[in-house]
Amino acid sequence: MKANASIAEPIKTKKTSKAWKELLMDYQLYLMLLPGLAVLIIFKYFPIYGALIAFKDYNLLDGVMGSKWVGLKHFQSLFSSDKFYSVFINTLLINLYKLVFQLPIPIILALMINEVRNTVFKRFSQSITYMPHFLSWVVVSAIFANLLSPTNGIVNVFIGYLGIDSIMFMTDERFFRAVLVASSAFRESGWSSIIYLAAIMAVDSQLYEAARMDGASKLRQIWHITLPGIRSVIVFIIMLRLGAALANDLEQVLMFYSPMVYNVGDVLGTYVYRIGLGQMKYSFSTAVNLFQSLIGLALVVIANTVSKKFGERGLW
Amino acid sequence: MKLKSRGEMVFEISNYILLSVIMAACLLPLLNIAAKSFSSEAYVLAGEIFIWPKGFTAAAYEIVLGSRRFWDSFGNTVFITVVGTALNTMLTIFAGYALSRKRLRGQNLIMFMFIFAMLFSGGIIPTYLIVKEIGLLNSLWALIIPGMVAPFNMIIMRLYFYNIPDSMEESAKIDGASNFKILFSIMIPLAMPSIATISLFYAVEYWNNYFDALIYINKHSLFPLQVYLREIIINASSADINNLDLMMNTAQESVRGATVVAATLPILLVYPFLQKHFVKGVMLGAVKQ
Repeated sequence: MKANASIAEPIKTKKTSKAWKELLMDYQLYLMLLPGLAVLIIFKYFPIYGALIAFKDYNLLDGVMGSKWVGLKHFQSLFSSDKFYSVFINTLLINLYKLVFQLPIPIILALMINEVRNTVFKRFSQSITYMPHFLSWVVVSAIFANLLSPTNGIVNVFIGYLGIDSIMFMTDERFFRAVLVASSAFRESGWSSIIYLAAIMAVDSQLYEAARMDGASKLRQIWHITLPGIRSVIVFIIMLRLGAALANDLEQVLMFYSPMVYNVGDVLGTYVYRIGLGQMKYSFSTAVNLFQSLIGLALVVIANTVSKKFGERGLW
Repeated sequence: MKLKSRGEMVFEISNYILLSVIMAACLLPLLNIAAKSFSSEAYVLAGEIFIWPKGFTAAAYEIVLGSRRFWDSFGNTVFITVVGTALNTMLTIFAGYALSRKRLRGQNLIMFMFIFAMLFSGGIIPTYLIVKEIGLLNSLWALIIPGMVAPFNMIIMRLYFYNIPDSMEESAKIDGASNFKILFSIMIPLAMPSIATISLFYAVEYWNNYFDALIYINKHSLFPLQVYLREIIINASSADINNLDLMMNTAQESVRGATVVAATLPILLVYPFLQKHFVKGVMLGAVKQ
């Protein structure tokens, strides 16, 4: 029916009706984009505009627009505050430790799982190691509090056998960062290994055959074939990590820390939360947050540029 | 099978052993908490529980499951998770599909907007002020709507649609199908593994959400599970106890354990069913290009 009708029409109208039809179809595409864009603009872009209050003395009555401009006052007080520096250094150190200790673990785990020949055991070990990723930080912190409890936690019971006095891991400044790193290794290692595992499976199997002919041991094969084969994925992950570095440990630290370890555990995120919402210093804490966002953005851009320069793929 | 050399045997065996140790490290802490939740006070306090309960009792569960506040927060979390996951997945599919069509005008600008939002944020306070101005404070919607766009997942979804051969769409178009029709009857069925993956991610995120509730909600009746759980962990006696006798003879640690188990089991039960899909989905995202 439809086809017949269009054959009967002159060519010109057929063309315009087709163009019109395509536009109509695309109008549906824009309709699909609309809700997502609306949320993006309202909850991501309005707040970026709202971050102007970092340069103002925000007060509730006047709103973002009406509040008085104060220039860089909040940034000046931020850069002259000792507290800010200690928080900034904590953030950097905790993220550095996490990067150093947490990068190799998932890679090693993926290498190990890849070597398992027994499929049941393989699937089982994957499932079990991913599992902690599905636990909330609240639960993970409960688990760690339970394991590290000074009275009857397994860890302290164990070191008790070795004749060591029990340690208050969670509230001891010397151990707090280690607890943070360990807990995030516990939660994320298995999960992060998925990507490496996928990359390892994509490595050409002929290379291994050839290496085995030449008498290369398993470890040598891993070192000379597997690791170079997944290098681009490793670089990619480091880049993603760097981008999220300053922003992603808020909830974790919030669960684990206590006033006893503020000195070593307070990070930018928790600081903003306490000062901003706790003490209602909206402008000052927004300045801290803005600083954090800018450093984060700079890190990603730098990492991206460096990675592309070395011939790896970039984020964009 | 090829004959294995001695070195390979050693490698293999130590690999199995080490992996078993790692698996134990992932599993035992949770089993330990579960065991404590089923054990009676004396054994828990003496630190005698490892992964098997001693002096088996379900008293802690009677306390937790008999608490009105537990069920209130459980209901809130179920609501946020179900509604949030559905809406979030739908929006992600819509945006991902629309942006995967090469002919869409303004596509570069819109993509840039999504990516920039992923890399740069206005911060906690300005977001809080927007949520407040819109009137979402102390509403469960504050935990759903602001997070309804996840650029990263949208990009993964887009890539998936992008890789579906054009011929699929073209033949449907010749039959006169609209974009909505194409999306729902062709693209979505083809993208099911990917959709299962992102919806699992969303579900886990909503289920585990703590911080948003901490800043946007201060009415106890609206607290989601994680906030309630946190309260219990810090202070077990705040589980409004109907039965004081029970409470007297139950270790706080058992109550904590029972709450952890009750709050975590539902999401852990979902995950094996979707695991096959998400592993595929994540891998697709990783190996592309």
